Amino acid sequence: MTDLDSLKSELLTAAHAAPDLAALEALRVSGLGKKGRITQLMKGLGGLDPEARKAQGQALNLVKDALQSAIEARKAELEEVELERRLAEESLDVSLPARPREVGLVHPISQTMEELVAIFGEMGFTVAEGPHIEDDFHNFDALNIPPEHPARQEMDTFYFPEKPDGSRMVLRTHTSPVQVRTMQSTKPPIRVIAPGRTFRADHDATHSPMFHQVEGLVIDESTHMGHLKGTLIEFCRAYFGVDDLPVRFRPSYFPFTEPSAEVDIGCSKKGGQLVIGAGDDWLEILGCGMVNPKVLENCGIDSSKYQGFAFGMGIERIAMLKYGMPDLRPFYDSDIRWLRHYGFVPLETPSMVRGL
Amino acid sequence: MKFTFSWLKDHLETEASLEEIAEKLSMLGLELEGVENPAEKLVPFVVGYVIEASQHPNADRLRVCRVETGSGEVQVVCGAPNARTGMYGVFAAAGSYVPGTELLLKSGQIRGIDSNGMLLSERELGLSDEHEGIIDLAPDGEAGDLKPGQPIAPILGLDDPVIDIAITPNRSDCLGVRGVARDLAAAGLGKLKPLSAPKIEGTFESPLKWVRDLPADLQEACPYVAGRSFRGVKNGPSPAWMQKRLKAIGLRPISALVDITNYVTFDLGRPLHVFDADKVKGNPTMRMARDGEEVLALDGRTYSLDPSMTVIADENGIEGIGGIMGGELSGCTEETTNVFLEVALFDPVRTAASGRKLGIVSDARYRFERGLDPDSARWGPEVAARWVLELCGGEASHVVSAGEIPDTSRSVTLRENRCESLGGVAVPAERQVAILEHLGFPVTSRKGRTLTCSVPSWRPDIVGEADLVEEVLRIQGYEDIPVTPLPRETALPRPALTDRQRRASAARNALCWAGLNECVTYSFIDEPTAELFGWDEPAIKLDNPISTDLVVMRPSVLTTLLQAAQRNADRGYGDVGLFEIGPLYQGDAPEGQDWTAAVVRAGESGPRHWNAPPRPRDAFDAKADAVAVLEAVGAPVENLQVSTDAPHWYHPGRSGQLRLGPKVLAAFGEVHPRILRRLDLKGPVVACEVFLEQVPPPKKAGKLKAAADLAPFQPVERDFAFVVDETVPAEKVLRAAKGADKALIAQVDLFDVFRGAALGEGKKSLALAVTLQPREATLTEEALEAVSAKIVAQVEKHCGGTLRG
Repeated sequence: MTDLDSLKSELLTAAHAAPDLAALEALRVSGLGKKGRITQLMKGLGGLDPEARKAQGQALNLVKDALQSAIEARKAELEEVELERRLAEESLDVSLPARPREVGLVHPISQTMEELVAIFGEMGFTVAEGPHIEDDFHNFDALNIPPEHPARQEMDTFYFPEKPDGSRMVLRTHTSPVQVRTMQSTKPPIRVIAPGRTFRADHDATHSPMFHQVEGLVIDESTHMGHLKGTLIEFCRAYFGVDDLPVRFRPSYFPFTEPSAEVDIGCSKKGGQLVIGAGDDWLEILGCGMVNPKVLENCGIDSSKYQGFAFGMGIERIAMLKYGMPDLRPFYDSDIRWLRHYGFVPLETPSMVRGL
Repeated sequence: MKFTFSWLKDHLETEASLEEIAEKLSMLGLELEGVENPAEKLVPFVVGYVIEASQHPNADRLRVCRVETGSGEVQVVCGAPNARTGMYGVFAAAGSYVPGTELLLKSGQIRGIDSNGMLLSERELGLSDEHEGIIDLAPDGEAGDLKPGQPIAPILGLDDPVIDIAITPNRSDCLGVRGVARDLAAAGLGKLKPLSAPKIEGTFESPLKWVRDLPADLQEACPYVAGRSFRGVKNGPSPAWMQKRLKAIGLRPISALVDITNYVTFDLGRPLHVFDADKVKGNPTMRMARDGEEVLALDGRTYSLDPSMTVIADENGIEGIGGIMGGELSGCTEETTNVFLEVALFDPVRTAASGRKLGIVSDARYRFERGLDPDSARWGPEVAARWVLELCGGEASHVVSAGEIPDTSRSVTLRENRCESLGGVAVPAERQVAILEHLGFPVTSRKGRTLTCSVPSWRPDIVGEADLVEEVLRIQGYEDIPVTPLPRETALPRPALTDRQRRASAARNALCWAGLNECVTYSFIDEPTAELFGWDEPAIKLDNPISTDLVVMRPSVLTTLLQAAQRNADRGYGDVGLFEIGPLYQGDAPEGQDWTAAVVRAGESGPRHWNAPPRPRDAFDAKADAVAVLEAVGAPVENLQVSTDAPHWYHPGRSGQLRLGPKVLAAFGEVHPRILRRLDLKGPVVACEVFLEQVPPPKKAGKLKAAADLAPFQPVERDFAFVVDETVPAEKVLRAAKGADKALIAQVDLFDVFRGAALGEGKKSLALAVTLQPREATLTEEALEAVSAKIVAQVEKHCGGTLRG
């Protein structure tokens, strides 16, 4: 056994036996460092003749490589041991609560409005808006509700102070003034829905002084009552998600439409539980009709050429029916418990493609 | 509007069942509110014949009755004093539910004697409060057709179902049973019987005459009034059948004369009034009331009148309020023998206005204000005379009248194809003609596929072609209109939302993801709160608020949102984050009603947590919310400037506004402690308002984005600390640093603010981390030095800052 062999064997044994990374590093320095034993031997090669230098050099390189491999191997082993030791120490009670990251919820009125937009948007309606503080013309006169009309008296209108010219602004009692404004500013064909706040001086368990309505308006040269039925039946079925929902049209009266209709949807009320769908009962949900020619004329549209339909419904009402909310008042109370219970995660904007 | 089934059949010859009629009414536009059949509750009860009533062996006041029930003999112990042998009573078998006592009848022993049923009193049957004795069906001993076991309802006359329908304001013709019958007949549910209004010849001249004393410009207040006198009448109770019908629809029978007026009101929709002629002094006169005149009306109240109201007056004063209510003093009583009748036409608008002013709701007002059939003034005196003579005897005078019945005759045309082009359903012309004629619209000509018909006097609501389309369609049935999909104008729908509406939706999403819950609060608030938020615009204060909490349109969305936070705190939920996207109101013009996204964060940042301790909310929470909204709605957030002039409801030193030049896009900060105190909120509470309408619209550059700038070289970060005057806003230092080399400086972050004695009085140190992004080559040491020097120079120049050693 040469010196080199015994050096190799000594170093490799030491490498295998190194108790920790520090000892291993010390070994590397003592073997391969600037003053290490192998390095020293390498430096000594200069004094040898070329043949011997070559042979000895190769031998030394083998020892060096072997030592390097042994150190690497041992290092990996020790790192593995070290990791295991650390892992054994590092443990969390992962049942501890994570840092809070709260997501707020969308109010049911907003959600319902987005659903309405998704459905009617699909049918080519765009969304129109208008002011809440309105004048008589837009809220009443244009809609064929003259001052003495019983409907005007029964509407529980909120009024603002009389102006020097005798006129009074009102809080809009329905979203119909938006229809008027749309007809005044847009040439037919018109296809809009107008969702928004409305106000009536009435406050009890089923009436709120502020509530929301959505109205729809279609004006062109050929839309008739069959289209009105087609549109609203589609809407009711899509909104409530009941494909075979019975929908019934009954004659009714509104000053701004002629003919007029009220729309009922099928339901059952067995055992005090309201279920929307085919059943033995009806539930009134909206009013509609063909726009009264007088209204068209009041808004500057030629009633001998154009015609169309309008409809309107209460947003809270359809939300309550769809989502089984029993009371109206909490909608505006902002009770955080109610908001968290009935609110909607803002993950997806309602769309017909994704489903409502 | 209520009526009974048999009443309807007075006008409608029909084989239709109650169910068919009820169903059809709704589909005709006479919405069914309910059908109540009193017979249904009485099904268990039958006629019982008392074979023998003998004394109870163990009780003086009880009798033991052997009752034949039609299905066998039953022994009943009865306590009624009038129980007797040979009596016909109302028998309830054991096991039936007794409505008056709300008990289930059981078999049992009473004082040792078996009792297997009951003979009922009116109270026990739920008919009245009468409980003196049991019902005696044949008190005079004449059994007639009575047989044990017969159902009791028809015998008591309680088998007439009551139908209740809602009448829309246009259908004044259906405020009488006859009008309802006409619609049903047109819809094929029977035949309308002719109106029974034979002309009654008077036998004497009426001693009282109608006078109209109306100013020339108010002739329409009462264009016509008719009447006649009756003498020698006897005003007893009206017949049982009439009382039953009136009771069935909720009216109290009073006397034959009064009941007749009520009956005709509901039967034909024609309100009448009868005066006790002996109490009328001088000729009754239609005139306008004089200021301050008073009348004691039939409801026992005294009303003070004004000159806008039409009255019936005589020399004694006011005897009635036209179309609304008669006067008490000239009203008919049991003693009345001479009567004067009023059959008038009043202006609907004036009647409604007067009724509203006086707060009187009456069946007469209800009909007059919806528009009466003017022709009823012609047949009214005949119908009234028929009833008075039939029920009260006496003689009728000739008819007297004043004024002219207005001519409402008119024609309306209907193109034969209009039902299809407007209504969506093709109805054969012959069918259209038949429907219209059934409804009383005679078709007077058919030229060029156009029907011309005259409008009956009872339909003031019919003015145009669309009205006739509705008449035809509702009789034909809306269910016959084929469902037609709305054709699409484009193969794919165009966007439904405007940019503005999309922004509101984006703001909502951003705020939800910031952990805030959306609220919808009222647009109006109490006056003191409005004043706290600087309200001074009288035009947005309601004239007729329904509560002191809802008086003024809110000048800021924070008003109601802070109140919402306060309510939650009162319930024990003090740490809340709320937002609302809604209007604020600066004035009553359309442009003064702006959409705002408002946020309130109250209390701490969260519940106590083992690892993330909560901290009180501060202005920077609110600033982050405001920036999040602005970012979501596409505002150029990079270019925003901060100013310290937030509205006065914010803490003056801990609030700011985000601006683009002169335009304020948002305000944020701590809510002013004074406001919190006034709203009873514990602080700190932070808030922001983002004025969505102020955000400039997106530049119309299409959807193209600039090419991404992904330099292949590593960025370099250098830290600087500048000492500046306390008054220098951090934003200014950041801007100066950033502006030093716009190409190279990618980002500047402020990571420390330090104040200390070493810096000197009124000084602070701001530590910036500047990220340099080389684009052409790796940065050399010299280039780095050069840009660093530029940064230092810029901050020194613009902010008076010095690099901290």
